Amino acid sequence: MSQIKSLQGRKVIIHDMSLRDGMHAKREQMTIGQMVSVATALDDAGVPMIQVTHGGGLGGNSLQHGFALHSNEEYLQAVVPKLKRAKVSVLLIPGLGTMKELQSAYDCGARSVHVATHCTEADTSPQHIAYARKLGMDTTGFLMMAHLNDPQGLAQQGKLMESYGAQTVYITDSAGYMLPADVKARVAALRTVLKPETEIGFHGHHNMGMGIANSIAAIEEGASRIDASVAGLGAGAGNTPLEVFVAVCERMGIDTGCDLFKLMDLAEDIIVPLMDHMVRVDRASLTMGFAGVYSTFLLHAKRAAERFGVPARDILLELGRKKMIGGQEDMIVDTAMTMAKDRGLLKEVAA
Amino acid sequence: MKKIKCALIGSGNIGTDLIYKIQRSPFLEPVWMVGIDPESEGLARARDMGLKTTAEGVDGLLPHVLADNIQIAFDATSAYVHAENSRKLNELGVMMIDLTPAAIGPLCVPPVNLRALADKVEMNVNMISCAGQATIPIVYAISRIQGVAYGEIVASLASKSVGPGTRANLDEFTYTTSNAIQVIGGARKGKALAIINPAEPPMMMRNTISCLTDDEPDQARIIESILQMIGEVQKYVPGYRLVNGPIFEDKKVSVFMEVAGLGDYLPRYAGNLDIMTAAATRTAEMFAEEILAGKIQMKPLELA
Repeated sequence: MSQIKSLQGRKVIIHDMSLRDGMHAKREQMTIGQMVSVATALDDAGVPMIQVTHGGGLGGNSLQHGFALHSNEEYLQAVVPKLKRAKVSVLLIPGLGTMKELQSAYDCGARSVHVATHCTEADTSPQHIAYARKLGMDTTGFLMMAHLNDPQGLAQQGKLMESYGAQTVYITDSAGYMLPADVKARVAALRTVLKPETEIGFHGHHNMGMGIANSIAAIEEGASRIDASVAGLGAGAGNTPLEVFVAVCERMGIDTGCDLFKLMDLAEDIIVPLMDHMVRVDRASLTMGFAGVYSTFLLHAKRAAERFGVPARDILLELGRKKMIGGQEDMIVDTAMTMAKDRGLLKEVAA
Repeated sequence: MKKIKCALIGSGNIGTDLIYKIQRSPFLEPVWMVGIDPESEGLARARDMGLKTTAEGVDGLLPHVLADNIQIAFDATSAYVHAENSRKLNELGVMMIDLTPAAIGPLCVPPVNLRALADKVEMNVNMISCAGQATIPIVYAISRIQGVAYGEIVASLASKSVGPGTRANLDEFTYTTSNAIQVIGGARKGKALAIINPAEPPMMMRNTISCLTDDEPDQARIIESILQMIGEVQKYVPGYRLVNGPIFEDKKVSVFMEVAGLGDYLPRYAGNLDIMTAAATRTAEMFAEEILAGKIQMKPLELA
């Protein structure tokens, strides 16, 4: 079979998720002070791109996804002026965020965007991708829950996003379900159909402990952008832990342009102390990786478990069986209630 | 029994499903189907079902409106052409039911405000969106009991039931529905979210409605109001089902609904499309009943 490809000298752009995916781990309750302190430390450590919004992105402030302490505009207006080199990005999921909100984010200094759809629904994104390009933003098409589409299917979806104007296409392992071979197959399939100038990115979650291995596998097949979070601060068991990933890259000769020791200090001295719970592969997040359930469901499922007396793992497995995807957090409560009724723990309101 | 004659504009999924529902109505008769593509399957099917058809758009219908006594038209085309369609048909005394997001006329959610619109003899009413029809009745059921500061709806739709029109108009859907949650639903602030899920077998339309009340919710009265409203919607959408709730958490009341279609032309999982056609038919029926009872006249009158 093929030789292990040497990645010596390969350049990779690290895109930090601590202040967006990390918001999920904080139930959207980060203060402006925390955002600024983390963002400036990331900038100082050479991280070139930093995503800043509510965990659900633009339009995320809602009962469905939780209300953050501040609006996306307030976070952006506080962070952008403090950065010397890094570009700030936002997340935009059509059906939740709108083009008006993208304009507003741009006006507050955002210059890059992940336009995200479920991995089979790229055709909900043409207007938003085109709008981002019109604004001159660095534009990514972001295919979520990528384990739910096969490599050929994903390649076609990626090609669509490229045709709308996406400059980078991401494979997103929202459930932390994939193993390195799954990632390689998908990145390779994308690399075959996309134009050479279109970059490929990978966004990992650590639910099966595979964040770093998957990211390296993606790079081997041609990915040049990797999303990661300091100390993994992110949904589920967290994202690919950024400082650990940078250490691995240094060992392998991959050029990230980041200062490893500064990132280690940021993790230990700032990020870990601000965690409300230990972001780790625990019983519930492992269940999500194993069953292929959207990482953001973790804290919602735990809350529903407490509220209705149905174990979180049972709820998560049922959500996986019903094939619920990102954005369907209301179905967590609904599923828990139905299960509670079936177990005689909850009465019907009306006959 | 005399029936009001109708025209359907747009030979796609919604237009075709409408034929079945209108044919079942005791007050309505589908006479014309209007399309723009002579090869259209929808036009062929309409002919098979006994309708007259034209592939020349609304202009192909206009010469026949008075002779065939068309009094109500349903527009299931697109927002871009609706205004023109409406102008041309209103001039001939035809009432328009708008199933596009154009919304040039007042918004209509039958169990909430159809009676009031019928009394005012509106010549154009807009059906908002599928999610709007499925959720605004519930928001209204809550706001008629207590002040609602914020109403949020989440619509989960099977990928197969969401066509290219909606996919290209998600922002418009969001704003139109959010606005309607306020204007018709009665919430001071509204928000609408849509998720498209490709699961196989296709999932049934699910809608979750959450409202934040100003004061402590009067649980018993709110529950009674919601259940009564669900009964009203079930009169024209039998597949409108309460799955879970109403459930209360501080000042938040949540209701979990499912909409199963009748399976006329569209499959049962396409409850989102079915609730639009059922609501539009129900709306037309109320106006038809008024016309037949001589209470309103749809021809343009000489004003004294």
